[in-house]
Amino acid sequence: MPDRIPPMAPLTTPPLATASTKAALTGSSEEACDQPQPLTLRGLTVSYGAKPAVFAIDMTVPQGSMMAIVGPNGAGKSTLLKGALGILPKLAGEVQVFGQPLAHQRDRFAYVPQRASVDWDFPTRVIDVVTMGAYRRTGWFGLIPKRDRILAHECLERVGMHGFANRQIGALSGGQQQRVFLARALAQQADLLIMDEPFAGVDAATEKAIVAVLHSLRDAGKTVLAVHHDLTTLHEYFDRVLLINCQAIAEGPMATTLTTDNVNAAYGGRLNDARLAAAVS
Amino acid sequence: MDADLLLRALTFSAGYNAALVAVGATLLGITAGAIGCFVLLRRRAMVSDAISHATLPGIGIAFIIMASLGGEGRFLPGLLVGAAVTAGFGLWAVEWMTKRTRLTEDAAIGAVLSVTFGLGIVFLTIIQTLGIGKPAGLEGFLLGGAAAMLRAEAISVLVMAGLVAVVIALSWRRMVLVAFDQGYAETLGIKTNHTDRLMMLLALAVTVIGLKIVGLILIVALMIIPPVAARFWTDRADRMMLIAGGLGGIACFLGTAISASGDDLPTGAVIVLTATCLFTISMLFAPSRGVLAAWLAWSRFQKVVHRRQGLLALSRGEPILEPVSRRLLAREGLLQPDGVPTLEGKAAARLVAEDEARWALARRRDPDGALAGRYDGLTPITQVLTPDQIAVLDADVRGQPALVAGVGGGRLAHE
Repeated sequence: MPDRIPPMAPLTTPPLATASTKAALTGSSEEACDQPQPLTLRGLTVSYGAKPAVFAIDMTVPQGSMMAIVGPNGAGKSTLLKGALGILPKLAGEVQVFGQPLAHQRDRFAYVPQRASVDWDFPTRVIDVVTMGAYRRTGWFGLIPKRDRILAHECLERVGMHGFANRQIGALSGGQQQRVFLARALAQQADLLIMDEPFAGVDAATEKAIVAVLHSLRDAGKTVLAVHHDLTTLHEYFDRVLLINCQAIAEGPMATTLTTDNVNAAYGGRLNDARLAAAVS
Repeated sequence: MDADLLLRALTFSAGYNAALVAVGATLLGITAGAIGCFVLLRRRAMVSDAISHATLPGIGIAFIIMASLGGEGRFLPGLLVGAAVTAGFGLWAVEWMTKRTRLTEDAAIGAVLSVTFGLGIVFLTIIQTLGIGKPAGLEGFLLGGAAAMLRAEAISVLVMAGLVAVVIALSWRRMVLVAFDQGYAETLGIKTNHTDRLMMLLALAVTVIGLKIVGLILIVALMIIPPVAARFWTDRADRMMLIAGGLGGIACFLGTAISASGDDLPTGAVIVLTATCLFTISMLFAPSRGVLAAWLAWSRFQKVVHRRQGLLALSRGEPILEPVSRRLLAREGLLQPDGVPTLEGKAAARLVAEDEARWALARRRDPDGALAGRYDGLTPITQVLTPDQIAVLDADVRGQPALVAGVGGGRLAHE
């Protein structure tokens, strides 16, 4: 942490981008007053222990968008999600899901944590993980309604994992684990999907399959927000982006936001030209 | 040990009291095994050890209070309330130290466990010297003693264990979810710290209930051994909970029966040894996860690998250098002692080579497909594809050069 001085300087350089996107945002949110946005953050500040990890983040995820959170390692991407979702305590700021506090909207968003965050030796089968998504509809003594058991199988099929329902989760490959996590989120039948690094360490076939599912969700009017680390696939997968490095650098539609200046500001000039060119192409 | 007494204990014909104690102990074992699963999966097993040792000062304090008020010092419900209070304090102390200081949980557990146990021993010694309220039998809380239980005591154990069982049945899914994926559980609206507290309170309740039967030193074993044994039998948390409950119940039932059948064997120790027997049986003989099953699977796997690799080498006309492969093929009559394949060996080698060729083509066609994912260099393709699909594949294998250059190459270029 102490050697991260460079990012602070560029932070002040793109006020234009931030200001213009903010103007655009306030404009759009005024229009959409009667239809609240899936997720809005106002001044969200989250800390790990005594060290604030992300400062004063403003962000709006518009209805029907596929939005990426992008930034270098240690930029606080995952921390931002965890703070927004109440997994980590927030120091300051406000989070609204479809215009209301998070706690009132638990049925409308689904979270897909990082694959590495759980113990895959845990005694549970694939189908048991997927039915966790139906937890809020479980009855007394933890019984799952038949409707939801059928739904869980459908969700597995949707991610190309039918036939794996009775497998022990420890026997899955990384890509299969990620698909199971996505199926669990689908079983929640939420309108907003919030994913932490869904493509980290998965095979090419899985990445394609997951993107296809996400795009079909977006086409059905759902909203997707994902932490992403691969700049080369940003344009192909997502239509909006938030660039962060502890603070928000820029936010908006891919074309106007992913500029050389903004990417350089987020990464502190640490990207080589090839990666930069690939990102802003 | 008196065989007749043991038989009567096992068949509930040793009297009404003994039967009540047996049922109470069994129910205690069931709840201890079940709650132990969650505590173990949440990696808090040793916290329950701190809890159980922290019951001792509570027992001493409660005795002194009740005796000095002129009552019966050994009144069980009173002692258990005292035990629960200091055990709760011990739990709080461990959590507070872990959260608020730089101590890790294991250090906090060690501190709380030894300090509270030492304090309890001091209280017991003071009680002996005070000479109030008939202290005889208090040390029974250390190692348990089902035989000395009164009817009312047995009934209270029964009722409390039943209550704990009901709470577990109502909240097991929530506890499984928190143990597996805490952050995700939080987003579902589960208060994970409340769930953890409920889990530890249930463990505390089981500890307090089990004081009289198993004793505070060994009660933690009853919450660890049955779940660990159950893990060998299943890959599902819900079944693990049921199996652990069953094993715990069996251990407690047999243990109390054995200790009741003479020789003054301490009940807690006998129960734990019985549970350990069940654990050993599980570890050795459980299907698929047991030691024996794992060894069998490994040697079967080794055979398949050596057989296939050996035959592939033969089909390429290479000598087999690996002694295990040579031995295996020779035993099947596929290889002569001098390393030259027999006629059967040549035929088998051709079959394996053909299988490998089919796989190679199938994988080249669709490298990311489901079929390619099934390739492990061991499974014959005839187990994966239908005869019709193989017939199509075979036609292509025969006309392979044309097909790879034409269709296959074209497809690659297209992509």
